[in-house]
Amino acid sequence: MYSYNDFDEAFVRERVAQFSQQVARRIDGSLTEDEFKPLRLMNGLYLQLHAYMLRVAIPYGTLNPTQMRQLAYIAETWDKGYGHFTTRQNIQFNWPLLKDVPAMLSALADVGMHAIQTSGNTIRNVTSDHFAAAASDEIEDPRPYAELLRQWSTDHPEFQFLPRKFKIAVTGSPNDRAVVKSHDIGLRMIRNDRGEVGFEVLVGGGLGRTPMIGQVVRDFLPVADLLPYCEAIVSVYNLLGRRDNKYKARIKITVHENGLDEIRRRVEERFAQIRPEFHGHDQKLLEDIRAAFAPPAFRNAPTDAHDQFYAADPVYRAWADTNLAAHRNAQYSIVTISLKAPGTTPGDATAEQMRVMADLAERFSHGELRISHEQNVILPHVHKSDLPAIHAALVQARLGTANVGLISDIIACPGMDYCALATARSIPVAQEIATRFDELKLEHEIGPLKIKISGCINACGHHHVGHIGILGLDRAGVENYQITLGGDGTETAVIGERAGPGFAYDEIVPAIERLVQAYLANRTEPTETFLQAYRRLGLGPFKAALYPAEGAQDAA
Amino acid sequence: MSRKFTPKVVTANDLLIGDVVYLTHDDRWTREHREAELIEDEAHAQLRLLDGASQKNIVVGVYLADAKAGPDGPEPTHFREAFRTRGPSNYAHGKQVGEQPGPRQH
Ligand code: SF4
Repeated sequence: MYSYNDFDEAFVRERVAQFSQQVARRIDGSLTEDEFKPLRLMNGLYLQLHAYMLRVAIPYGTLNPTQMRQLAYIAETWDKGYGHFTTRQNIQFNWPLLKDVPAMLSALADVGMHAIQTSGNTIRNVTSDHFAAAASDEIEDPRPYAELLRQWSTDHPEFQFLPRKFKIAVTGSPNDRAVVKSHDIGLRMIRNDRGEVGFEVLVGGGLGRTPMIGQVVRDFLPVADLLPYCEAIVSVYNLLGRRDNKYKARIKITVHENGLDEIRRRVEERFAQIRPEFHGHDQKLLEDIRAAFAPPAFRNAPTDAHDQFYAADPVYRAWADTNLAAHRNAQYSIVTISLKAPGTTPGDATAEQMRVMADLAERFSHGELRISHEQNVILPHVHKSDLPAIHAALVQARLGTANVGLISDIIACPGMDYCALATARSIPVAQEIATRFDELKLEHEIGPLKIKISGCINACGHHHVGHIGILGLDRAGVENYQITLGGDGTETAVIGERAGPGFAYDEIVPAIERLVQAYLANRTEPTETFLQAYRRLGLGPFKAALYPAEGAQDAA
Repeated sequence: MSRKFTPKVVTANDLLIGDVVYLTHDDRWTREHREAELIEDEAHAQLRLLDGASQKNIVVGVYLADAKAGPDGPEPTHFREAFRTRGPSNYAHGKQVGEQPGPRQH
């Protein structure tokens, strides 16, 4: 696995030392909040509703067991014993004291982690497919490219004060598990007619107030052109992006206002200018990075243990059916550990659970863990003979829930339980939906269904691309929840359609239940998923189920 | 026609701890909403806001929040402010269990 080089280490240590000084000067009063705020944000420290919050980057969602144990240690030592994994493959600590943050950053630096560029108008944590290097459908591991982008963008002098934040995602598979189409730059690895590997480059995707699906700015970008091309995009945006209006400052608006053709023309022009300045140092670096991401030495052993448990144990079978994905090595599986036990907070793990997952990764997954944007944890390389032991250990740690991809595997942002920007809560809505469908014992029958919940228009919970999206709003001083339907965050990305007027807090769970009943009643057969049924039927029957009284009036 | 002034409290977060605090009539910062000064006059509210905001080395993010009189002192009127008096709904953390930010005290 990639580990930081000396330069990274020195840089991160220097930043920790600087920030420790800045915290000390804030505490003794020599820095005002106006002076301190940009400094703390540069180091991932926010002030939320009830406390400070420290956001730590997990580049492309990859962690080793030592890092996971360190997160557990931090959670226990300076926070309330847990951490929250986010949709951007970060982890957030919700309760740090200001004076403890330098020690937390220092503990992170000990394991090659940091909170730099997790805030501010910079290039943020580069995200990627959580099944990278394991998925059976993958062209190439996208993480070396993500790492190259991380090194290029970290502390890049030209890009510290962009018009707005800037997010890049990379996938190496045709099946997009990294929501690349909702990023400022989305990179999809493809092969051209000659069989060469390169990227389809998308630009201007984003959720939030004005959701947009990224558009293709370059059909095929040779891998050697990755950095100069991304630099060209960001520098065109840096120049053209609006700085007069925060809501119009993201590149999606720049693309929208100037048109894709004009953006493409400018990017290509800029690219032609700067390409000669890249003399191949980046390619040399990429080679070194690639070597660090060399695949593990896979074992060759019988897999009968899995087959026997699968045949004999229905609980194990249910878990295997939902939480395992196909690995490129037929003897292996990708295990998704659900952080979504019904009634718990989506994406939260206790320090104890983090340690269990770290131990399992060490013993059974070649020392690798991944964090998904869907707020689960992945053991990417598990030999099938080890699956029964893993399942047993997970069940003991209350991590054995068999619900990945099902209705209770909900994405929810922190919402108004923590977030200062929230207009309503999202966590309890997720908890109640999951609990309700657990009671109904319907979720396996319902099949694949993605519910995504955001506590405000910023859409950190990706509600626009949920099959069912829920957006919490403040309507005249009361929490109100708007439903969108038919969203899709994969390679066939679509922004969901608004279903109609919102629902009060105590009406939202019954509304979701009616929606799901309508799907069950209308699907042609059990294999037709909610999304397929929605695409076939349109809003009509779902709307009727959501607003039965209105339907009755119309009929009258 | 001028709208009737809604009573207010001055609130902020504690600089060091991060916890939610309220300005009292005698210029202390309290962690209890009911101990806050309930401000019933608009001009006085602006003045108290300035008083609060001037304490830059004690608190962060000072603002006026709507409130109303209750039997034990001022009560929040908006749900956001009600949550701020309690803490999150998903865990027994924060004010609702008499706990401050930082590591668990046990
Ligand atoms: S969507 Fe809104 S409420 Fe949720 S985390 Fe993002 S900013 Fe906060």
